[in-house]
Amino acid sequence: MSTQPANSYNGSMAQPIPGRDGQPLIAIRDLKVHFNLGGGTAWDKLIGGSPVKRVVKAVDGVTLTIARGETLGLVGESGCGKSTLGRAILRLTEPTSGQVFYHDRDLAHLSGRELREQRRHLQIIFQDPYASLNPRMTVGQIVGEPLETFHLARGEAAERRVQELLEIVGLSRRFIKRYPHEFSGGQRQRIGIARALAVDPDFIVADEPISALDVSIQAQIMNLLERLQREKNLTYLFISHDLRAIRHVSDRVAVMYLGKLVEVADATTIYREPLMPYTKALISAVPVPDPEVEARRQRIVLEGDVPSPINPPPGCRFHTRCPFVVQACKEVVPQLVEIKPNHWAACIRISPEQPDIENVPPGDTPGLRS
Amino acid sequence: MSNSNGNLLEVRDLRTYFELEEGTVKAVDGISFQLQRGETLGIVGESGSGKSVTNLSIIRLIPSPPGKIVSGEIIFDGRDILLLSEAEVRKIRGRRIAMIFQDPMTSLNPFMKISKQLMEMTQLHLGYDSSRAYEHAIEMLETVGIPDARSRADNYPHEFSGGMRQRVMIAMALSCEPELLIADEPTTALDVTIQAQILELIKEIKQQTGTSVILITHDLGVVAGMTDHLIVMYAGKVFEQAPTRELFAVPANPYTKGLLRSVPDPLVEQGALYQIPGLPPDVAHLPPGCPFAPRCERAEQICREEYPPFVEVTADHHSLCHFAREVYESSLDERKVNYK
Repeated sequence: MSTQPANSYNGSMAQPIPGRDGQPLIAIRDLKVHFNLGGGTAWDKLIGGSPVKRVVKAVDGVTLTIARGETLGLVGESGCGKSTLGRAILRLTEPTSGQVFYHDRDLAHLSGRELREQRRHLQIIFQDPYASLNPRMTVGQIVGEPLETFHLARGEAAERRVQELLEIVGLSRRFIKRYPHEFSGGQRQRIGIARALAVDPDFIVADEPISALDVSIQAQIMNLLERLQREKNLTYLFISHDLRAIRHVSDRVAVMYLGKLVEVADATTIYREPLMPYTKALISAVPVPDPEVEARRQRIVLEGDVPSPINPPPGCRFHTRCPFVVQACKEVVPQLVEIKPNHWAACIRISPEQPDIENVPPGDTPGLRS
Repeated sequence: MSNSNGNLLEVRDLRTYFELEEGTVKAVDGISFQLQRGETLGIVGESGSGKSVTNLSIIRLIPSPPGKIVSGEIIFDGRDILLLSEAEVRKIRGRRIAMIFQDPMTSLNPFMKISKQLMEMTQLHLGYDSSRAYEHAIEMLETVGIPDARSRADNYPHEFSGGMRQRVMIAMALSCEPELLIADEPTTALDVTIQAQILELIKEIKQQTGTSVILITHDLGVVAGMTDHLIVMYAGKVFEQAPTRELFAVPANPYTKGLLRSVPDPLVEQGALYQIPGLPPDVAHLPPGCPFAPRCERAEQICREEYPPFVEVTADHHSLCHFAREVYESSLDERKVNYK
């Protein structure tokens, strides 16, 4: 198993974490984001509320590293906690517990002022280009605002920088005085990207950046993000439910289900030989734009829906829909294990010795032995 | 009334325009196609291409004003829907032609029990009494795979998940055994594992009932596995029309080609993704000539000046392009290279 090199922060890390070798840019350690919905108190019983405490465990113990210059794709279905994880890394949502290291600093425990300093290096691009730009501000003001906030440039220098940023993202510098409503969805997404780039960040969380766009525009934005990454050595956390886009932009992919990571591996590997049953089903469900392939393909169609993240199922959270479920799955919470080199999966029915669940004898749980 | 050529639906030169402040939007501008019984037709296009307006025109649900079906024929089982009275259309809509929309939450009545909404269909169209309609509703819910249908029938829409609501919509649409099912982006709002369930369900139902299906979507992956024929729309026009396999294998239109190349294939390693430059057109202000010319790599002077012809490249394969044959030939060549 690969262990992380000695860093100032992982001396205390008992268990290895799924990530690339080398110095990670971001190291997330047992991060939890729980939302309390109330219930369970004497008062609740009195007024006829929920008799048990209701907690949404949106992110429930995620440990992961992101290497400098890589794109980590975070994929999962709605409600799996992927956006909450992205926001919690930047502390746009307060984590309940856990750590997020950026260089030597734990972002999760910085004071407001220290955090604001670090935010310069950490940016986010949002899904909805219609909702994430202030309609009363001009493009120049939107893209220039971070320059002001972080005292990077002002006056003419700021304006020149804004023009330069617009050109970098493929917009005309003439647009500087226009308002967001004058632009299409793809152009607005470019404005959002220009705003994120204004402060020269290291790390960008791209939260469903192409989901609201037309097919032909999606390719434009993906290519733009890739070009910027090469030119500026950016590191991305690319969050999406679109498995085709994730495959295309990512170096590594992390699959999330109901608040937990269930599989982490290289993009090529995870699409070619997914190990964990949920990942298998997810990848087989992606429609392929090729009728010849579609005609031959065997699809794993899962039964039922994703359970509610409020008080999720015990044991493996996927056990309610898993075609390979055994009794132990309902009791044991599976840990992410490095089943193959750099290929991590959370499933007690497989192990490094028996990685292929199809060949594991019925009822056997090799993952519990190691 | 039956039809000699076996077509359930024939749309001829349909034009649906919207009169807006900024001018006339030719949302659908002269489209023609046929659909045989038992066949599935896919209509693909980006937002504003006119694919949904085509669907709404077929069932005469175009809001008027500002919309108007300016000309054309929509021959359904031998009769032109555009010539029918509103009362006659209502007998067809929901009964013989049924629809599923993208967002099941806005298509279901939030104040009405699921069972009641399903019962309305058969009571209205087939004259069932309430107990028969109720039993039929339960049966339909079971058909579309609602677990524990009998006990869930009296729930309200908000008590169902997105995927389950879409199943309820499908149950409603199929209640009267329609001859044509129009599904407008039926899985766009759903997660990928739920999308797989719904597509599988539509396939099964098609096999069992022989219903013809029109599947409208922006997702080339979805139509690849579901349809027999395909129409690609752009700026209110049919840009290309062919059997699905043929269209994917040898596209004869630069727009289709670009679209196919700009979708990442999850099974294949790819370099930089091809991108169609520019933006989708503003349908209210189309340039003269080909509407795709400003974004087209292949475009020449003629494309910017003259409206392109609808070229028959093979018997079953049409493309709206001045250079349709050339594009087709080059697709054929590329295909040979790929298969070597």
